[in-house]
Amino acid sequence: MSILVLADLHEGQLAGATAHVVAAAKAIGGDIDVLVAGEGVQAAADSAAKLDGVSKVRVADNAVYAHQLAEPMSALLVELAGDYTHVLASASTTGKNVLPRLAALKDVSQLSDIIAVESADTFKRPIYAGNAIATVKSDDALKVMTVRTTGFDAVGEGNNAPVEAVDIVVENSQSRFVKEELAASDRPELGGAKVVISGGRGMGNGENFKLLDGIADKLGAAIGASRAAVDAGFVPNDMQVGQTGKIVAPDLYIAVGISGAIQHLAGMKDSKVIVAINKDDEAPIFQVADYGLVGDLFEILPELESKL
Amino acid sequence: MKVLVAVKRVIDYNVKIRVKADHSDVDLTNVKMAMNPFCEIAVEEAVRLKEKGVATEVIAVSVGPKAAQEQLRTALALGADRAIHIETNERVESLAVAKLLAKVVDEEQPGLVILGKQAIDTDNNQTGQMLAALTGFPQGTFASEVAVDGDSVNVTREIDGGLQTIALTLPAIVTTDLRLNEPRYAKLPDIMKAKKKPLDVKTPADYGVEVASKVSLLKVESPAERKGGVKVASVDELVDKLKNEAKVL
Repeated sequence: MSILVLADLHEGQLAGATAHVVAAAKAIGGDIDVLVAGEGVQAAADSAAKLDGVSKVRVADNAVYAHQLAEPMSALLVELAGDYTHVLASASTTGKNVLPRLAALKDVSQLSDIIAVESADTFKRPIYAGNAIATVKSDDALKVMTVRTTGFDAVGEGNNAPVEAVDIVVENSQSRFVKEELAASDRPELGGAKVVISGGRGMGNGENFKLLDGIADKLGAAIGASRAAVDAGFVPNDMQVGQTGKIVAPDLYIAVGISGAIQHLAGMKDSKVIVAINKDDEAPIFQVADYGLVGDLFEILPELESKL
Repeated sequence: MKVLVAVKRVIDYNVKIRVKADHSDVDLTNVKMAMNPFCEIAVEEAVRLKEKGVATEVIAVSVGPKAAQEQLRTALALGADRAIHIETNERVESLAVAKLLAKVVDEEQPGLVILGKQAIDTDNNQTGQMLAALTGFPQGTFASEVAVDGDSVNVTREIDGGLQTIALTLPAIVTTDLRLNEPRYAKLPDIMKAKKKPLDVKTPADYGVEVASKVSLLKVESPAERKGGVKVASVDELVDKLKNEAKVL
């Protein structure tokens, strides 16, 4: 078995997700190479070389791979895939964008969002917004898969794998990067935070989300939101936790003014401890919450902040 | 230019699903089915492009059992001009759907193909990207804004951490995210008119596509149930429980 892991990048640096994908690769077993592709990504490659279990880091550093557009990235992966039995990436927006294109170019199926490895060809993945878990077996010669990072604990650092350059440069005349608008945040990244506090439609407006700031600061928490809060325009959509947003599994998840629709639960129900604060004691969120507090969030939040 | 929209018949998003007792699959007998929510957004976007004069014709296509014609009629009622139903009772994986759609693209030569970003049953998020690969077209996935400008299209994409805008040469494939638009409801007169619009029925064999997949579904289980929690009476009790019982603070 030989596995290629496509590294996730965040502003040119190695993203935390990659250590989780390497863990999934270790569960499959075999040699694990990490591909770091982008522009100016030497530092990210050096970080990837430190991840436990990595045999080799391959670096494709060229302007054509900047912003990891799907067309050049999949063309590059097609060139490399012949050496591997498995190609893995995290189920980030980049992994989801690039890997299915690779799979179709290689005429194989893709398994999305795997949460467990049963064997080198059999995996578990959630379907129907996480309300069922499917065990699937792939007989394709090349297994192309995205990995749900919350399903695998990140590998440690202590390795010193060799880093080698990949000289393949592909052409791309079909797609062009225009601009990026990233939401600035000093808080931990939603996907990797140990504590997440999320607000829903019950917050009333975007201004009231400030009520979560103090608690988030005290707990070192990331702030999330339900789709209802995002759709109502309270907060930007990259804060959305749910089937169509981010999937999180922190130690503590605090849901404030969130009813607990199926689509939201799909994004957070694997959290270790769930706290629900809601004025409606019939809200479905209380069925999954370890601790529920029924009451007005505008009274509860300031009190909670003062008592932490 | 023509715009092709792919729609899928799925379980209604409000339905709480049940796993079959023999763990072979999810039980879909007698449950309410509907158009996949992301596909509704795709249809809406195509119809808006037609209303702006960018699209000349909107063609809706669906792969699935005979009943999927209901969802095609819905697309026609929302403003699509005609529909193609590729009828099969097999479980069709994303790759086979993409191969079938690629054949339709070959035949119809659309300038733009719009799909939803994922179907809420299999949660795969693959078909649009695979179709882009098979047709050789560029892809704009998870679109929250689509602006056609001459022979290119600017697509604003929802990515982790924010938004990214890319420019694609047409023809191109776009997959819709939730915030692309607010789909309209079909009006009764339009539902009646939709019954008269053309709907071609084909089979995968007509396109020479083999739908069998090398992925097999071995088992479907319910996820581990969370243990029932407790309600606390005050903020003090909550903080105390989190510190001393759950030990997460």
